[in-house]
Amino acid sequence: MSELRELYQEVILDHNKNPRNFKKLEPHSHHANGHNPLCGDKLELFIEVADETIRDIAFVGSGCAISTSSASLMTQFLKGKTIQETRHLFEYFHDLVTGKELGEGELEELGKLAVFAGVQEFPARVKCASLSWHTFMNALDAKDETAATE
Amino acid sequence: MFDLNKIRNDFPILGTQVYNKPLIYADNAASTQKPQQVIDSFVDVYSNHYANIHRGVHHLSQKATALYEGAREIVKNFINAKKVEEIVFVRGTTEGINLVASSYLEPLLKPGDEILISEMEHHSNIIPWQLIAERTDAKLKIIPLLASGDLDMAALPELINPGVKLVAVSHMSNSLGTINDIESIIQQAHALEIPVLVDGAQSIAHMKVDIQALDCDFFVFSGHKIYGPAGIGALYAKEKFLKKMRPYQGGGDMILNVSFDKTEYNEIPYKFEAGTPNIEGAIAMGAALDYISGIGISAIAEYEQQLLDYATERFSAIDGLRIIGTARKKGSIISFVLEGVHPHDVGTIMDMEGVAVRTGHHCTQPVMDCFNIPATTRVSLSFYNTLEEVDAIAKAIAKVKELMG
Repeated sequence: MSELRELYQEVILDHNKNPRNFKKLEPHSHHANGHNPLCGDKLELFIEVADETIRDIAFVGSGCAISTSSASLMTQFLKGKTIQETRHLFEYFHDLVTGKELGEGELEELGKLAVFAGVQEFPARVKCASLSWHTFMNALDAKDETAATE
Repeated sequence: MFDLNKIRNDFPILGTQVYNKPLIYADNAASTQKPQQVIDSFVDVYSNHYANIHRGVHHLSQKATALYEGAREIVKNFINAKKVEEIVFVRGTTEGINLVASSYLEPLLKPGDEILISEMEHHSNIIPWQLIAERTDAKLKIIPLLASGDLDMAALPELINPGVKLVAVSHMSNSLGTINDIESIIQQAHALEIPVLVDGAQSIAHMKVDIQALDCDFFVFSGHKIYGPAGIGALYAKEKFLKKMRPYQGGGDMILNVSFDKTEYNEIPYKFEAGTPNIEGAIAMGAALDYISGIGISAIAEYEQQLLDYATERFSAIDGLRIIGTARKKGSIISFVLEGVHPHDVGTIMDMEGVAVRTGHHCTQPVMDCFNIPATTRVSLSFYNTLEEVDAIAKAIAKVKELMG
């Protein structure tokens, strides 16, 4: 049961119930869709970039508590950061949720996102947690295809 | 003879624990657990009787062949088919359907011809038809699903027309539990001389299947859903079709004579069994069918209805829980959605209580679309589950609500 509490922490439950930046963004400079066909998690990500900085970022979609809260915390985390600062975060986050060793500095950089460390005990949920990040990377690369965590 | 305690003791895995809690296995629609008798069958074959079949003159080969063909006889008797020649061993339901699509139907199709399936079908009874429809310019027509989880039988007379070359329909829905009135569907199709394929993947383990009574033209099922091994299943097909159908896979054993000029195919059913088959799997599946016959499929069906009724009662009483699939005739499958909680989260939390359920679209995305939901949580019970386990499942669902607020 304690593992469950690790996964479904207050922060995560809160962000699932009240996702932040949960709206469509017009205008936006970047956009991407994310979809996990295995369980039905869906999201649409909007980013407004100016001067290499993420001025605004928002999402809409429907999915499980892990994917929704991950998207919410991600948008909260990324807002105001430069593109430069954020690209490597995908790697760090993925390492975090898959239980790989993280350096001190890397864990620190993740800040509040470290709350998803519990996902490593639930391998079936890694795709839920990382869907929004896959979608973010796709949006940055303006791939214009739907990110999928298959 | 139905003795629940003895039955549970027959299945070693039911005595195990997950996360220090007793395993409550409620994912039988996905796959079923195996009794010791099936486990022993493998040990026996490998220890005493194993060899390749059909070709050898040596003792073990003859022994293995007898056991393999004996399993074919067991299948024939289990579903009350008339002849063993009408039983083809395949990898499972999916391969069986693909075989019929490729060998029977595709050569017959002309542009504009129709294949009639239903909105509740498993992807394995959709995609094979989509693939050949694409190749032949035929059309897929769909019997609609009603909100109750029943098929819209009133729509049938219009849908079953002379342009339809095959009806393919599920006997029991794996996501809704609905038992379809396939007798009526077969009757209506046969009135226009249209053959019917019945997907028996779920029904085979949970109700009596009488092929001669049904008079269906094709029937498919998998070993792993009837307490046997995975990687083996059976296709029943009427002799008149099998004799005319082109081969599915080419290779050893499905031939009589081979030369580069001309090859002569083997008699049925061997024409459709190329290469070395899953010898031990077929024999073990025979053991599984014998095990079920020993208990009696009617006794099993009766007990599972008790489980279904009790579970339906308990789950319906849970605030915010909505059962998806409320047909009058159902197998022991309950799909549900819990308000405000995604099935994925439901399943994870239930898992931690030792309860194994499945969450997602259950390979029936059209069903999910029809009900306008992304996924359900599915509890699927078998004759080794208990009423106490149903209580524990209900408790686990309550835990989900507690945690997710």
